[in-house]
Amino acid sequence: MAKYILKRIGYSIVTLFVLITLTFFMMRLLPGDPFTGEKQLPEKTMEALNAKYGLDKPLVTQYIMYLGNCLHGDLGLSLNTNRPVTTIISESFAYSFDLGIRAVIMAFVLGVLLGSIAAIKRGKATDTVCMLVALIGVSVPSFIVAAVLQYYLGLQPYLASNKTVQLFAVTGWGPANSKILPVFALAFGSLAQISRLMRTSMLDVLGQDYIKTAKAKGLSQGAIIWKHAIRNAIMPVVTVLGPITASVLTGAFVVENVFAIPGLGRYFVQGIQNYDYTMISGTTIFYGAFLIIANLVVDLAYGFIDPRVKLEEG
Amino acid sequence: MANIGKIDKSRFGWVGADPEHREGLSRPSITYWRDAMKRLAKNRVALVCLIIIVLLILACALLPLFSSFSSREQHLAETNKGFFFQCQDDRYEGKNLVHIFGTDKLGRDMWTRTFEGGRVSLMIAFAAVFINLIIGMIYGGVSGYFGGVVDNIMMRIVEVVNGIPYLIVVVLLMLVLPKGIFTMVVAYATVGWTGMARLVRGQALSLKNQEFVVAAEAMGARPARIIARHLLPNALSVIIINVTLAVPSAIFTEAFLSYIGLGVPVPQPSWGMLAQEGAAVFQVYPSKLWIPAIAISITMLSFNLLGDGLRDAFDPRLRR
Repeated sequence: MAKYILKRIGYSIVTLFVLITLTFFMMRLLPGDPFTGEKQLPEKTMEALNAKYGLDKPLVTQYIMYLGNCLHGDLGLSLNTNRPVTTIISESFAYSFDLGIRAVIMAFVLGVLLGSIAAIKRGKATDTVCMLVALIGVSVPSFIVAAVLQYYLGLQPYLASNKTVQLFAVTGWGPANSKILPVFALAFGSLAQISRLMRTSMLDVLGQDYIKTAKAKGLSQGAIIWKHAIRNAIMPVVTVLGPITASVLTGAFVVENVFAIPGLGRYFVQGIQNYDYTMISGTTIFYGAFLIIANLVVDLAYGFIDPRVKLEEG
Repeated sequence: MANIGKIDKSRFGWVGADPEHREGLSRPSITYWRDAMKRLAKNRVALVCLIIIVLLILACALLPLFSSFSSREQHLAETNKGFFFQCQDDRYEGKNLVHIFGTDKLGRDMWTRTFEGGRVSLMIAFAAVFINLIIGMIYGGVSGYFGGVVDNIMMRIVEVVNGIPYLIVVVLLMLVLPKGIFTMVVAYATVGWTGMARLVRGQALSLKNQEFVVAAEAMGARPARIIARHLLPNALSVIIINVTLAVPSAIFTEAFLSYIGLGVPVPQPSWGMLAQEGAAVFQVYPSKLWIPAIAISITMLSFNLLGDGLRDAFDPRLRR
């Protein structure tokens, strides 16, 4: 067990290291340097600036400096706002995390529910409806869902009621009615994916012998499904929580933009659009580290939840 | 024992190698592929999706060629018009032309742009998936067939590549490389091959101990031949299913990247670019988003459903 955990942590560190290296060299490959502007600086000034920021040193030294800075949590200054990237991250990530965690929980709970209902009512109209919803979810990109929800559920009712009834706020992240639409837009795709997976897994479990045994000993339908079926069927769903976290995180790039939520995804996209290189590299490393850790936690948690998984074999 | 030599050879005759006669089968044997195709043909949903996909590809390939407008020409007098707008441009006087899907903010014909955009999106998706397929098949085949240390090292590399969130790598690559279709394909293919490699490896691992591989080895076939001629063809059904399901995810990636401003360069239309432009004016001209949105969704839906259908057809055990 301990060996497995160490091995997994080892991989995570290697992955993170590769990501940082990749980011560093990619950023070096970009044309131009931070001090080229509209006004040509005197040679001496350029030299002084390069010396100040360590840009006159060989690439390897710069790389080692960069690695060191990353380990100290120093991701540089945003070229656009001239504020430390870490400050921007610490301010904005709270919003993204709040949005993301709600979306993951919503996707998980509703996905499991929808998948289970579809499996129990297999072949009936309910099944068809549930799976149709799921199919739409996996086929419609989140930015379309977000724009459509914002317009038809947020803006239209507001305008239709002569700006008196605000059912769902159109933008921002504050009162409860401003959170429902973005969370749903972000969760929809993952929700659909989970419900499809849950249905397959649940059908598999419902065909097992121990369900027949439970039925034979006279347990109620509710008890069978809750205590025997769902608990076993939920296992494969837990394994996809890592990838789901990743897709929710990247989905937030666009959902935060559509709903004007001041989260990290919004800054990231703005950074891309403004060619704010330090912002992009800093955020990339942060996102990468976050996802790598999230994956690690999910993997380890899976081992604890399901005793059948032998962690040693990994 | 001595009598054996005396048995007259004329008493033996060649009965032929026809398995149907030998086994006494009353019906012709059905191959795995024919069986699967038969099951697929019975699946109406999958069949309809297949037809939609073929029609979409044809439409994207051909319609822009026959359109009266080019995707780049601007009609600045008639911007943001709705469906079936009668073109009043001097250049086309007396021709009675119609902008079927209306025009965009620069007066460009949406009909032409939608299908030309589809061409770009589908091309990116197919090319990216094809490259993933090639890398994945070779990598997975080698890793699975050789096993042991080779497999261990190769799979550790996959694990590390897989651990890096792919959209972030794509974003980084898109920033470094010049904008364009080719860059998008490269960016997607750089990180997208791991899934296919894992899949092929799994298949190769389970197939390589079967008799036909042992027989081929015994006859002196080299590893490259065994992988290409024996392992991959037998893994083909799984590969086909996976390819079908990978296309929608590539289309989604293109749309997503275009949406956050990393798409194909500007005059070039693609579904993602159209969706991005449409989203900006959605509250005033909803149809500008609806058109690309529906195009993207129908394509993704069709590929997803066809993939499900293929899975059911190739592996009836998984049928739900």
